[in-house]
Amino acid sequence: MNRFLDRFFHLSTLSIALLTLLVTGAIFGVLLDEAKPAMDALGLSFLIDTKWAPNLEKFGALPAIVGSILSTALAMFIAVPLAIGVSIFLSEISPQIFKTPVGVSIELLAAIPSVVYGMWGLFYFVPIIRDLFGGLGIGLLTAGIVLAIMILPFMAAVTRDAMNTTPDILKESAYALGGTKWDVVKDVVIPYAKAGIIGAAILALGRAIGETMAVTFVMGNVHKIPSLITDPATSIPVALANEFTEADGALYFSSLFYLALVLFVISFVIIAFAKYAFLNRGKRAVS
Amino acid sequence: MPTIIDITEDKAIEVKNFEFTYAGSDEPNLKNISMPIAKNRVTALIGPSGCGKTTLLRSFNRMHDLYPGNSYAGEILFEGRNILQEKEDMIKLRTQIGMIFQKPTAFPMSIFDNVAYGLRLKGIKNKSELADRVEKALKDAAIWKETSARLKHDANGLSGGQQQRLCIARAIAVEPEVLLFDEPTSALDPISTQGIERLIIELKEKVSILIVTHNMQQAARVSDYTGFMYLGDLIELGRTEDLFVTPCEKLTEEYITGKFG
Ligand SMILES: Nc1ncnc2c1ncn2[C@@H]1O[C@H](COP(=O)(O)OP(=O)(O)O)[C@@H](O)[C@H]1O
Ligand SMILES: [Mg+2]
Repeated sequence: MNRFLDRFFHLSTLSIALLTLLVTGAIFGVLLDEAKPAMDALGLSFLIDTKWAPNLEKFGALPAIVGSILSTALAMFIAVPLAIGVSIFLSEISPQIFKTPVGVSIELLAAIPSVVYGMWGLFYFVPIIRDLFGGLGIGLLTAGIVLAIMILPFMAAVTRDAMNTTPDILKESAYALGGTKWDVVKDVVIPYAKAGIIGAAILALGRAIGETMAVTFVMGNVHKIPSLITDPATSIPVALANEFTEADGALYFSSLFYLALVLFVISFVIIAFAKYAFLNRGKRAVS
Repeated sequence: MPTIIDITEDKAIEVKNFEFTYAGSDEPNLKNISMPIAKNRVTALIGPSGCGKTTLLRSFNRMHDLYPGNSYAGEILFEGRNILQEKEDMIKLRTQIGMIFQKPTAFPMSIFDNVAYGLRLKGIKNKSELADRVEKALKDAAIWKETSARLKHDANGLSGGQQQRLCIARAIAVEPEVLLFDEPTSALDPISTQGIERLIIELKEKVSILIVTHNMQQAARVSDYTGFMYLGDLIELGRTEDLFVTPCEKLTEEYITGKFG
């Protein structure tokens, strides 16, 4: 009986694991299939053309690719140091009575649907950016900031959990050698939690690069490589969300799938690279 | 009244009417403890689990201050001052009174950086001075042979016994006056334990040592003086051979003959 259960458990988990692979493969297959006409017609120059003019049947993906990468990079640039700061505060500095309420509110923030961040960004943030930096207020900078705010709580919560796994006895050992709180954070807590912190950043990166609703309202959907950080721009998910309903021509439709395929590949490559570069190499460097 | 030997040797530390209370505890966890810690000798603390050995040990380097709400009373005299005073410089105190924990606690960094850690905290930056002092500490902790060829390797690659020696090297690198050991061999195999015990005996040439152990044989093997604690009280402190052979207190006798514990 037990052996039967064991076997059943083994098979069912195995098949679920295989199913995830199958679904990923199927999504990739559909993207590839739908993108095929555009790939045949436009080739790889799709990736470097800067002109996106559906009425002229011109489809260049570079502005959306650049917009995706820049907005994500900007968001990470803002969110990573802040998230690490917040989690250092929560795990090492904050008095006990703040830890739970602040921690819980951060977890709640992480659970807010991204469209809410998008609406909030549009109604409250856009005017502020407009007043501070001029321009429309809609654009790359706003998108980057809204994205950063969206991924910050999630990253802070995961990073804090990673830092909390540092054994007290290890921290005490550093204090026992004459370390200050800052020494202990820098030399023990952060190195100990490093893999978790990087993992959190990679997950946040994955969320940011594919994020649609939080940035759709605030980025501008302008297929132009921004020359100023306050310029309106677009990203791949923003273009997809805005244009699928109006894609009338077959090539237009297929081009959007091509764009989705590019996003799929970019996300995959960035995350694979980040994992390889930071997690594996990090491990090897110390051992 | 406890029986506390009046030692004639130099004292590294003198505890007077010391009391300690953990945050949230309604009565003191350590009660009215007075004892000398002889200079360049090993003093062992024994007693059943939960009697307060660790709590007492961690008072000497003010580890309890890392957590809010704990309170001390009485005096711990070290180098002519009461280290329980508000104005005590904790950073300096902890470089003078080092600590070795129950489990090896190698930092997630290289062997060299582990041993250099306390030195760097003290502000020593000179590369050759660091290298010299790291080498000396590793030699004094009898782990130079195993580590000299791989100083740049991650310290977590060492075995448990080696890591505990590394922690000792790290503690002695800053040249403390006193070393506190909290059951330093409880996570180690018998061979490593023997090595650490031998090392403790060698180290007393340079430092005064206070070691907590729940292993009476260990106390008998390494220490010059032994204190027996029970329920937050220090019941008896005497020369190790006297305490184990002719204890003065009934409780001590019952404990060392295995009547409880
Ligand atoms: N952090 C703490 N907070 C409150 N009470 C504690 C704490 N640590 C230990 N105690 C209590 O103090 C007493 C002594 O503990 P401890 O010093 O760890 O004993 P030992 O090291 O002799 O086994 C025990 O009754 C224990 O429950
Ligand atoms: Mg203990």
